Amino acid sequence: MAIEADLAGPENPRRRDYLQYAAVSVAAVGAGVVVFPLVNSMNPSADVLAQSSTEVDLSKIEPGQAIKTSFRKQPLFVRNLTPKEIAEADAVPVSALRDPQTLEQRTAKGHTNWLITLGVCTHLGCVPLGAGEGENRGPFGGYFCPCHGSAYDTAGRIRQGPAPKNLEVPKYNFTSDTVVVVG
Amino acid sequence: MSFPWAKHYEPKNPVMQWVDSRLPLPRFVYNAVGAGYPVPRNLNYWWNFGVLAGVALVCQLITGIVLAMHFHSSAASAFDSVNVGIMRDVNAGWFLRFAHANGASMFFVVIYIHMFRGLYYGSYKAPREMVWLLGVVIFLLLMATAFMGYVLPWGQMSFWGAQVITGFFSAIPVVGDWVRVWLLGGYAPDDAALNRFFSLHYLLPFVIAGAVILHIWALHIPGSSNPTGVEVKGEQDTVPFHPYYTAKDGLGVVVFLILFSVLIFFAPDYLGHPDNYIPANPLSTPAHIVPEWYFWPFYAILRAFTADFILPAKLWGVLAMFGSILLLFFLPWLDKSPVRSGSYRPMYKVAFWVLVVDVLVLGYCGGSPAEPLYVILSQIAAAYYFAHFLIIVPIISHLETPKPLPGSITEAVLTKTGA
Repeated sequence: MAIEADLAGPENPRRRDYLQYAAVSVAAVGAGVVVFPLVNSMNPSADVLAQSSTEVDLSKIEPGQAIKTSFRKQPLFVRNLTPKEIAEADAVPVSALRDPQTLEQRTAKGHTNWLITLGVCTHLGCVPLGAGEGENRGPFGGYFCPCHGSAYDTAGRIRQGPAPKNLEVPKYNFTSDTVVVVG
Repeated sequence: MSFPWAKHYEPKNPVMQWVDSRLPLPRFVYNAVGAGYPVPRNLNYWWNFGVLAGVALVCQLITGIVLAMHFHSSAASAFDSVNVGIMRDVNAGWFLRFAHANGASMFFVVIYIHMFRGLYYGSYKAPREMVWLLGVVIFLLLMATAFMGYVLPWGQMSFWGAQVITGFFSAIPVVGDWVRVWLLGGYAPDDAALNRFFSLHYLLPFVIAGAVILHIWALHIPGSSNPTGVEVKGEQDTVPFHPYYTAKDGLGVVVFLILFSVLIFFAPDYLGHPDNYIPANPLSTPAHIVPEWYFWPFYAILRAFTADFILPAKLWGVLAMFGSILLLFFLPWLDKSPVRSGSYRPMYKVAFWVLVVDVLVLGYCGGSPAEPLYVILSQIAAAYYFAHFLIIVPIISHLETPKPLPGSITEAVLTKTGA
C-alpha cells in the first residue's frame, strides 16, 4: 500500500507520469537507433560510391562530335562544340531561359568548347539523343529526349518540353589538355 | 457482424468439433465465405469480380513463389535467368513465367472491373466507406508490386521503367534527388535497385493478402451491397453465400481461367512489349517508353502537364498522377446522393459511362507516343477525370431526382421476373 501511494497517490500524481514519459522516450530513442541503420543501408553502398570517378580521353573527339561514356553507371556526354555552336549558345539571352545559366558557367575556364554533361534528361531520366553519330539533336541543335520531347540547346540547357532543369554538369578537372577526370 | 438469421456453424465431424472448440478457425471460414454469410439474393455477375481478384492473387502468389526459386536478382544475370533459364531450361518454366506475367494483366482487368462496379453501384457509400478505402489501399499496393515485378527481368523496358518511375520522386522539391538515390541505392538502376525490388516484390503480395482480409472483414460488417442499393430488410432478401454464390462465382472462375489460358497459350506476349526482350542498356533509351497497359491512364495524366505554372511541369505531372488515385479516398464524401445504385440515378449513370470512356481515352493516349495530338487529348481527358470527381459528382448529387427505389430487394426481384 505504501508503495502504491508513493507512486500514484493523489499527493504525488506526477511521479508515475514522469516514469511513463521517461520509459516511452527511451524506447522511442531505442527504436530510432534501430531504424536508422535500416534506412541508411538503402543509401548507395561503398562499392557504388567507389566508382565515382571516370577518366575521359578527349584527343579523338573532333569539333562537332560527341561521345557517350559512363560515369557512376549513368551516361555521360562529352561534346566538342564548334565555334558556331558556341556562338549560338552565347546568343541566347540568359533571362529567357527556364534554368538561367551561360555556357561559360557550364564549362571549364579555357575549355569552353568542351561541354561535359550527364546524359540523363532532368525530366524522368531518359537518355537524350544527340551524342551519337546521326542522332536527332532536336530543334535547338543540342540534345533531344525522345521520351517526352524535352529539347536542349548546344550548352545542354533546357529550351522546350517538360524537363525542369539543364542537363547536369558533373564536377570535373582537366589533368591535361586532352584528359579530363570526371567526379 | 452478419445478420441475426445467419446460419450457425455446427460441425458434425468430431475432429472439426474438437478443432472448433479450441481454435474457431473453421467457424471463421464458415461465416466468411460459407453458408454462415447471408448475401443479397439479387447479385449480378459484376459481383463476381471480388472473388476473381482473390483467385488472381492466389495465382500470382503460387507462380511467383516458384519463379523466385529460379530467378537471379543480379543485374549481370537476371535477364538470362528469365529468358534462358526459366524460359528454356527450367521444366515448364515458360508456363510459370507466362502465367505470372499474364496473371498480372488478368489481375488488373479484374480489379478495374471490380472498381468500376463499385463506382456504378455506389458501393463506396455509407456504411461501406472503409471497404472502399481499403480497396484503394490494395490498388496502390498492387500497382507498386506490379511495377517492381516488371523491373525484375531486367530488359530495356524494365530498366527504363525503373528509371522513369523512380524519377517521379526526384520531382519532390529540395530532397527529391536524395530520395531517388536512396530508393535506388545508386545513381541509376543497378544491382542495389534490382535486389531491393525483388525483396519488396516478394513481400508486398503478402501485405496485399493482409489488406484483403481487412477489406473482407470491413465488408462483412454491413454485408454485401447489391444492384438495387437498397439495404437488406429481412431474411427473404438474402441467400447463404454457400452454395449459392460459391456456385455463381465458380462459373465466373471458369470463364476467367478460360480467358487466362487463351492469353498464356495463344498470345503470351500480346500484352508485353518487344523491347523487354533486349537486355537492359543504361546508355540507350528505347525510342518509345511505355509502361504496361494497366498503367497507361495514369501515365497519360503524368504526361499531360507540359508547361510550368508556379510549380515545375514535372512536379504537376507527378502530383496529378498520384492525385488521380488519392482522389478516390475522398469519393465517399464527394458523392452526397443518398441513393447508391446508378440504376436509379439517371444523371449519375450518364456521368459514369462518360468517365469509363474518359479513362479508356486516357489509356489510349498513355500507350501512344508523346506527340502533340495525344498530349492535347490527354490534357482534355485528364481535366475531365478530375472534374468528374471534384465537380460533376458533387453537383449531380444536388441536382438529380432519383428514380423511385423498390421497397426491398425481394420486391425488386419479384417485379423484375414478373412474378
